[in-house]
Amino acid sequence: MNFDHFLTAATPFNLCLALFGVAAGTIVGSIPGLTATMALAVLVPITFSMDPASALILLGAIYTGALYGGAYAAILLNTPGTPSAIATTFDGYPMAKKGDGDLAVALACFASVCGGLIGAFALLLLAPPLSKVALAFGPVEYFWLSVFGLSLIASLSTGNLMKGLAGGAFGMILSTVGVAEISADIRLTFGSQTLISGFGVVGTLIGLYCIPVLIDLVAVPDRHLKVEKDVKSVRIGEAFGLAMRSKFNLVRSSIIGTLVGILPGAGGSVAGLVAYSEVKRGAKPHQKFGEGEPDGIMAVESANNATVGGGFIPTLVLGIPGTPPDAIVLGALLVQGVRTGPTMFQQSGSIVYTFIYGLIIATIMMLPAGLLIGRYAYKSIVTIPKAVLVPAVGFMTIIGTFAIRNSISDVVIMLCLGVFGWVVARFGFAASPIVLGLILGPIAEQGFVQGWTIGAATNNLTGMFFGRPISQGIIAFTLITLVLPVFMGKRRAKATQGVPE
Amino acid sequence: MLRRTILKAGAAMALVTSLASVASAELSGPVNYIIPFGPGGESDISARMQQPFFKEKFGQDLVVSYQPGGGGAVGWASLNGLSGDGQTIMGVNLPHIVIKPAQKDVGFKTEDLNIFHMFHFTPDAIVVTADSPYQTLEDLVADAKANPGQVTISGSGKASANHLAQIKFDKMTGAMTTYVPFKGTGAAVTALLGKQVKAEWGYTTVGAAQGDAVRLLAVAMEERHPLFPDVPTFKELGYDMVGGAYRGIALPNTASEETTKMWSDMISAVNTDEAFRQKMLDAGFALLDVDADGMDAFMAEREAEYLKDAREAGLIK
Repeated sequence: MNFDHFLTAATPFNLCLALFGVAAGTIVGSIPGLTATMALAVLVPITFSMDPASALILLGAIYTGALYGGAYAAILLNTPGTPSAIATTFDGYPMAKKGDGDLAVALACFASVCGGLIGAFALLLLAPPLSKVALAFGPVEYFWLSVFGLSLIASLSTGNLMKGLAGGAFGMILSTVGVAEISADIRLTFGSQTLISGFGVVGTLIGLYCIPVLIDLVAVPDRHLKVEKDVKSVRIGEAFGLAMRSKFNLVRSSIIGTLVGILPGAGGSVAGLVAYSEVKRGAKPHQKFGEGEPDGIMAVESANNATVGGGFIPTLVLGIPGTPPDAIVLGALLVQGVRTGPTMFQQSGSIVYTFIYGLIIATIMMLPAGLLIGRYAYKSIVTIPKAVLVPAVGFMTIIGTFAIRNSISDVVIMLCLGVFGWVVARFGFAASPIVLGLILGPIAEQGFVQGWTIGAATNNLTGMFFGRPISQGIIAFTLITLVLPVFMGKRRAKATQGVPE
Repeated sequence: MLRRTILKAGAAMALVTSLASVASAELSGPVNYIIPFGPGGESDISARMQQPFFKEKFGQDLVVSYQPGGGGAVGWASLNGLSGDGQTIMGVNLPHIVIKPAQKDVGFKTEDLNIFHMFHFTPDAIVVTADSPYQTLEDLVADAKANPGQVTISGSGKASANHLAQIKFDKMTGAMTTYVPFKGTGAAVTALLGKQVKAEWGYTTVGAAQGDAVRLLAVAMEERHPLFPDVPTFKELGYDMVGGAYRGIALPNTASEETTKMWSDMISAVNTDEAFRQKMLDAGFALLDVDADGMDAFMAEREAEYLKDAREAGLIK
């Protein structure tokens, strides 16, 4: 780790690659259905003819750009462009509705850069010790982590907890349809070939979030987003000020993102949800989460970009990919003849460090590139007439869903879920609890089955589920998240009672 | 209508050219190479290994794409609906393509798959961490016999190569171990390294990827793997276990015999390249050269063995 590697990373060619990668990644990420995994898979053969470090810089830049790009659709269309941006919709779309979409996009950019940098520096400086986090997490810890994530349903659905829980349970049932990931059983398909592949996360996201928005756009005569008279810039100054005031939130969320990123079974969506849950728990009285609170966007976007650096830690140190894009990078490394694993930092140190510096440079480049593309995206979504916007987005949802695995049945499922989501929304069932159940359900199920199998084999079920320190910590956080709102609510009620009129 | 006419004309032209020249089929652009799993697994990595060699020999890119779902079933069920013009190929895995359709209707049958080459396999191996108390295979077997069920072993999925190996080995030794299925080899190895389990039913590739962090107790090969000259085979230790997960490539069954032959020859050419073989061996794979001509015999033998094992294990009726 010395300055030479930084200079190797900062050649004009590599700088161009980083800039191109970030811009391309942002655009890919902003389109629901097109994922970083897909972009990387297509680009890997091109990188065979490059030297390994340049190839890795390009791949890393696309990955990091795509995670930021996912925020655009989340903020402007209430549709996460990537699963990592699910929690961005919670406050991003309300902000856009209020006419602050430009501010939200700029905030997302600052937060993403901050998260990306903290994650990348953790990779640069602390990779070998941090990789132990991945190993400390056993099946039971994954189980409790997903329970913690599910507890967010309670705080998301203020006022109608039962409906939130019903949505979450429905999502978990959806996640069991098809061939079970680890037991290989075929469940709840009712003999249908279409359902064997189950409900894919990306297709379900598009259906549940995007289709209802499109239906509403057609159903009401108003403009899509409220807009100030003239759209000049993305309110960079204001966004920077807000970001500076939320330093603590940004750093904490980035650390959460880095740590969750290290866990091979979790990923960007879980990181965003955990960070959101944490920032919401510490909410100040004037902050209204779920109604367009800037801190919510910043927490999620910094956390999901921090998973880039975090995810590369087990990939490079242990040879265990943290996320699907990491797996592709790992494959590219193997073909290049680089051996990952504990000795990699010594043996292939120059490639690794050049790559990490390249990732840092790409993250910094995301600031100008992201703000510029964000401004353009905001302008086009806001100013395009509805008659063009709706068909264009509708077309993209279908192409995007189809592209995931060239499957028409995915498109049919997506459209059905979309209409279903719109109908149940009339009755107060929101999309987010369903999606939380769908994403966290399988993690919980696998962790539970594995934990139970191991616990039963060693005659120590109680110790397995409740006796491990990390599990106990997560259980404690879950209880605080669940109990605190009730307690605070009671106290507030008491306080208002006591105040004389 | 017009389209059909053009197609007919094209077919006629193809017939004429095929009569005129020996090289009857050829590639017309980049090839779509579908892996019916997510990235990062053995199927993906071996496809990535083929990419540069294929490009060098035949001038066309192999573009890998992922179509995960149903443990591969979603991809294989869709294969025969794709164009058989030779521009689309798909990875196939044993025992998956035998066990899945035998368990339930998953939209395809083993014999429907037009497999033209089986190019490698990852031999089964029992993996433990470097500081494990199990120095030899006998240590593990003895512990499993003394404490029935208490030896936990992770592996990738159920009714998979790893699971079949575990059942078979338990039967052979009379020991009782507990199999803990994980989502893919990566997760199973993470559980091993994190000491959530005592051993892993994995492949030789795990040993190659993890280096000094792990120790292989035995490998299910006829001869020792060149990468691990010190690791005995199960056979040497008195257990008749040879096998693992086999991987090959298939075309849609509408592909002509010429196209199938062309692909079989092309993949054979990549597979016999010394540099390719070395790269595969270094990564822990074991090579296999079953081309289109030998496929029926090979598949019949594997199918009979897998079905027998799975039936005895109670995985299928």
